[in-house]
Formats: sequence, structure tokens, C-alpha cells
Amino acid sequence: MKTDLILAGVGGQGILSIAAIIGMAALENKLFLKQAEVHGMSQRGGDVQSNLRISSKEIASDLITMGKADLILSVEPMESLRYLPYLSKDGYLVTNTKAFNNITDYPEQDELIAKIKSLPHHVAIDANKIASDIGSPRSMNIVMLGAASPFIDMPFESFENGIRKIFAKKGEDIIDVNLKALKAGREFAEREVLK
Amino acid sequence: MQNLLLLGAEAIAQGAIDGGISGVYAYPGTPSTEIMEYVQASKKAEERNIHRLWSSNEKTAMETALGMSYAGKRVIVCMKHVGLNVAADAFINSAITGVNGGLLVVSADDPSMHSSQNEQDSRFYGKFAMIPILEPSNQQEAYDMAYHGFELSEKFKTPVLLRITTRISHSRAGVKTLQIKDMLNGSLPENPRQFVLLPAIARINYNKLVAEQELFVEDSENSTFNKYFDGKDKSLGIITGGIAYNYVLENFEDRKIPYPVLKINQYPIPRKLIEKIKNECKELLVVEEGAPFIEEMIKDYFNEGIQVHGKLDGYLPRVGELNPNLVAKSLKLEDTTGEDIPTIVKQRPPSLCPGCGHRDMYDELNEAMKEYGKGKVFADIGCYTLGALPPFNAINSCVDMGASITMAKGAGDAGLIPAVAVIGDSTFTHSGMTGLLDAVNEKSHITVIISDNSTTAMTGGQHSQGTGKIEAICEGIGVEKEHIRVMIPLKKNFEENVKIIKEELAYNGVSVVIPRRECVQTLARKMKKV
Ligand SMILES: Cc1ncc(C[n+]2csc(CCOP(=O)(O)OP(=O)(O)O)c2C)c(N)n1
Ligand code: SF4
Repeated sequence: MKTDLILAGVGGQGILSIAAIIGMAALENKLFLKQAEVHGMSQRGGDVQSNLRISSKEIASDLITMGKADLILSVEPMESLRYLPYLSKDGYLVTNTKAFNNITDYPEQDELIAKIKSLPHHVAIDANKIASDIGSPRSMNIVMLGAASPFIDMPFESFENGIRKIFAKKGEDIIDVNLKALKAGREFAEREVLK
Repeated sequence: MQNLLLLGAEAIAQGAIDGGISGVYAYPGTPSTEIMEYVQASKKAEERNIHRLWSSNEKTAMETALGMSYAGKRVIVCMKHVGLNVAADAFINSAITGVNGGLLVVSADDPSMHSSQNEQDSRFYGKFAMIPILEPSNQQEAYDMAYHGFELSEKFKTPVLLRITTRISHSRAGVKTLQIKDMLNGSLPENPRQFVLLPAIARINYNKLVAEQELFVEDSENSTFNKYFDGKDKSLGIITGGIAYNYVLENFEDRKIPYPVLKINQYPIPRKLIEKIKNECKELLVVEEGAPFIEEMIKDYFNEGIQVHGKLDGYLPRVGELNPNLVAKSLKLEDTTGEDIPTIVKQRPPSLCPGCGHRDMYDELNEAMKEYGKGKVFADIGCYTLGALPPFNAINSCVDMGASITMAKGAGDAGLIPAVAVIGDSTFTHSGMTGLLDAVNEKSHITVIISDNSTTAMTGGQHSQGTGKIEAICEGIGVEKEHIRVMIPLKKNFEENVKIIKEELAYNGVSVVIPRRECVQTLARKMKKV
């Protein structure tokens, strides 16, 4: 198997936790993994991304070849589109629809959503709302991971185990609410894709 | 052995710990910071009492490391590429003294300037100092090079430069570790004058270093870090190394490259291997991350006869980092790039955090500067450099660490009055203090604003060496007590703070204003822990 995915968002939105959970899941499945992330300047509210590659074969490049990403997983709608040059023809774009507006010329929400919906393979999800509905607004990123999980070729339990490991120090309550968030995201995506 | 998932930077740290270091010395700087941070978090390092506190700057780090090497212990010193400029005097001369305990100098380059003001290539420094250079292609090699680098250093009694770039430093992959080595017991150099660079002794040492160059080349030629892969199709030979090697590999299904490939991960350049690829292939393509370092050398070396392609003839871009697509183009392979970025996607530059004290400081400074007009504020490197962007548009320079104070003084000497310097607390103790002494000695008409958030915030909140000592340092340097003004940068203090800044701007001499409020990020982290 091989999944090349771009994680996208704004500094501080928690994409590195998503990467860490996927990394744990990949290790559990004895897969090769490379994950390039951004540290430094742009973490101050700028655009951030991480290139995550999982494969049953050894991986050469730390960066994904443009046009070959299987998945863009974005926790912010405008940021999801920034990485379109990376997406392969059959690739999926899975994005949160809730804007993070910290610039003066942020585009109109309708335009953004229209562009996202014009793509052949997409899942657009209001992850902030779903996370709030289950009582844990901070789990937005985990809802997004759930929504992207059907497109990453690993058993769902591996993601659950990843969450247990990453949040181990934070106690059972935090683990449970994040497992719930993961499931809610997954179910949304499955409904969308079946539709 | 153990399989760990590590960033390239962390792999170096783990390799150094397992290689038997007694100390790591460093000043933070992206993309090198995680090496020290990993050692600081390591249980093994704690158990072994490995030295792992930050230094004031890269020069002090380099010199302290040299002292540890003198005492017969293995030591690693880490910095970002521009940090090597600061450490250069010590670094170049450490090649003349040579080492006692193994000494590894890590310099992390930042092609594409993700978090830097230039993209200088540290390999030039290694060549300049005439010492061996190692450059890993992946995290495993990063580990192995740190682990074995000390042996190389001790074998030739020379410091060894370990060059990495952003993508290897900040990318994670599985790493197999080796048996941890004992730390060295420590011993004085056999020759008591080895480190005494009086001209007569330095000449002897330098001759020795020059004579050893052949041995370094020979070591490169036999090094397992350098590899020659044969290929059937001799129409092209590829010379590559470091992270760029991965991009070459990525472009061929199942890593099967039809052309001969020379992968150079240890320098000086392995001459025999270069001769071999040149003799076997019709043309050469050099794919390297950073400057056309190898390319320039071999172009001159062959002078004529064989075509050498790369960054000098447009096969690859001269600036910025490489990626698989750029390398595909240079190999005349299909470019697979997908849809363009839609025009509705706007730039999202980094900005100061909401609630950051630097914000209030700039609001106050802008207000106080109104009567003097634009163009008089020299700033420095740190989070506060973001004051260059809207809505503040408050600063007119950012060059190198410490340059705010000295540039303000120079501009003041030229008649620009009042000249203002804005500098962070960590940058001030890194290299602002000496410039302040120059200004005090001449009673220059400058106002220095030390925006003190009690941390080294830009690089993630490391300890700042001057915390709790800033006023005492300024006083010690000779700034008059009544012109050292401390304030709390908060909205409610706006009027008062503007008044203080105005008073000091008007003072015909050196004044220091210290807006002090902790970085909201480090504060939030502390609150979480409680
Ligand atoms: C010679 C050199 N070393 C290290 C760096 C990396 N660096 C940039 S800003 C900075 C920290 C600045 O800290 P401080 O002055 O306290 O400002 P703050 O970010 O906390 O506002 C560092 C270490 C650099 N740019 N140049
Ligand atoms: S990290 Fe700290 S110093 Fe830097 S912008 Fe944020 S609050 Fe300000």
C-alpha cells in the first residue's frame, strides 16, 4: 500500500497532532513512514503543512511529488486549496469548512466552498461544529482525521490506538472524547462518499 | 536494535548520545534547535550528566565545545547556518588547533529561507576550514554520521562538520540505533602546545592540516557514506548527495535508476569516484541541495570535454530548495504537477500572536515616533521582526543578530537623530551587548528598546540567558541608571509608556527602554503545567 498525504492548516491548529496519530498507526502496521513538517517562523499564525508518506515499500523522498498526493487533509478551507498542485487526478480533498480568518483579504466563504465542491473527489465538513456538538471544541482536528481515515489504507482501530497512545498522559476522559470525535468524523465522511 | 521514529535533528542527537558525547553546546536557530532539545529531554543524557544547557551565542558554544574537546571528551556543537558566521573565528581556528576529544560541528542550512535571512551553504565553510564534511541523505544516515563522526574526528584529530538542511532536519522517519558507547575518560592533549596558536606553532599546525588534505580525500574515497551505483545507460551520469539524492531516487520506479549515480555524502570530494563517473558517462548532471558547490568545482576541474549540467546552466533553479518535480525536469522526465493554486487563495504571512507584548511595544513606539517621522528604527531578529509587516510597519532594518544597536549608532553618527534600536532579550545577550558598549563610550544619541519577553520566543521558547539580568547588564556597560526605563507593555499603560519613550528619545545620549511582559505562548505552557 501507499498513501501520500498533505496535512494543511494554520500555525497553532494542531496538524502535528494529526500527523503524530497517523504516524503511530503506521508504526503499528509495520509500514514505512516519512513525515516532513514545518517548524519555525510560519508557526506564528502563517500557513503550515506537513508531507506525510506511508508505504509498505521503502520511501525515497521526504517531500511528495506534485500531482501525486492521494489525499489533502486540511483543517481550514482556504488552506486546503493551497496544495491543489500536489493532488493527483484521483486524489481526495478532505477539508474543514470553518474559516480561520486572520488576514485582511480573506476570500468570500461561498466562493471557497464552491471551489472545493467543484473538485471531483472532496469531503467538506464543519468539523468545528461536530466537535462542539460532542462537547469538545478542541477535538476539531481529530474529527478531521476521522473524516480522512477512509482514504488512508489502514484499519480504523489503528487510528484509535494512535489516539490512545498520543493522549495517554491526558487521562481516560480526553481519550474517550477524542475517540468519539474520530468516529463522528469517520461517519460523516462515509455518509458523504456513499451519497 | 531499537527502531525509533525521529526527526533528522533528533536522529543526530540520539547518534551523538550513543556515540559517547559528554556535552552538547548550542544556541537555538531553525532548523537546528531540536538537536539540543532532544538531548535536554533524554533520560540517558540525564543519567550520564551530559552537558546540555544553551549558550549565549554560537561563538561561545563553539569555543566551549573546543574546551571540552581539549579536555579529552567527545562533544557536539549545533547551530543554524548563519550561526556559523558568528562562530566562524573559533570554527576556522579549531581546524588549525585540531581536536583532542572528537568534535562534531552541526550546521543546519535553510534553502528557500523558510525561517532565515539567507540560504548560505555551510559546505563552503567546511572547505574553507579544510576539514571533512558529512551530509546525510536520510534520518538513518544522520544517526550513523553523528555516531561515527567522532571516530573520524579523533582519527585525524580534526573537527568534522555535519551539514544538514531543513528538510532532513524536520522530517521524521524510522531509525535503527546502535550500541551506546562509553564516554571518554578525558585526557590532556599529548602535545601541550597543540592549542597555542602563536604564529610559530600555528604555522606547524597549518602545514600539518594542509598535508592531511590528501588523507581526507582518501578517506572520502573509501568512505561507506559515499556510494557509486553503476547503471547501464551511460548517456548520463548523476552526481548527487544529501537530501537531493532522495529526489533523484523518487523519480524512478522501484528506485531503479538506469544511469550511473555517484552519491557524495562525505567531503572533500572523492576525486577517484568523480574521475570514474566522468570517464564512463557522456554527460553529467549535478543535483545538490544548496549552492552549486560540487558543480562549480567539477566544472572548473574538467574545464572542457564533458558537459556538466545543474544549477549553473538552468537545468535546476539556482535559488530555493529542490523537490522531486524540479529534479524530474532536470532529468527530462514528465512533470506531474496538478492543478494550479486557485487565485482566491491568498497569502497568509506569519504574525505576532494576539496579546503579544511586542504588539503593545510597537503601538507605543509608533505613537512616540510620530513627531520624528519614518525611517529611524533599526530592528533585529526575533518574533518582533514581524513588526515590519502591517498593521505596524514599524521597523526599517533586520540584518543579523545584534545589528539593531550598531546600525542605529552608525546612522546616528551620520546625523540620523534620534536613531532607535529594537532588540529582543535573547538577541541582546547574543550580540547586542558589545554594540551597546560602543554607543556608551561615545555617548551616542540612540534609544535602545529591549523588548523583554523573558524567553527566546521565535525558536520556540528556550531559556534566555539574560533573564533577570538585563538592567544590571546595561548599568554595568555604563548606561546611566536614570535612562534605563522599565515598563509593562499593556493597553492600560499606553499613555504612560508613550511618555517614557518620548522622554528617552529626546535624551542626547544612550537610553534603554525595557518593555517587559512574558511571551503569551511560554506563559500559556507554564499555566498548563500547573
Ligand atoms: C546568528 C543567528 N543565530 C540564531 C538565529 C535564530 N533566531 C532568530 S530569532 C531568535 C531568537 C530571538 O529571541 P529574542 O531576541 O528574545 O526575541 P523573541 O523572539 O523572544 O521576541 C533566534 C535564536 C539567527 N537568526 N541568527
Ligand atoms: S511567540 Fe511569544 S513573543 Fe512570539 S509572537 Fe507569540 S507571544 Fe509574541
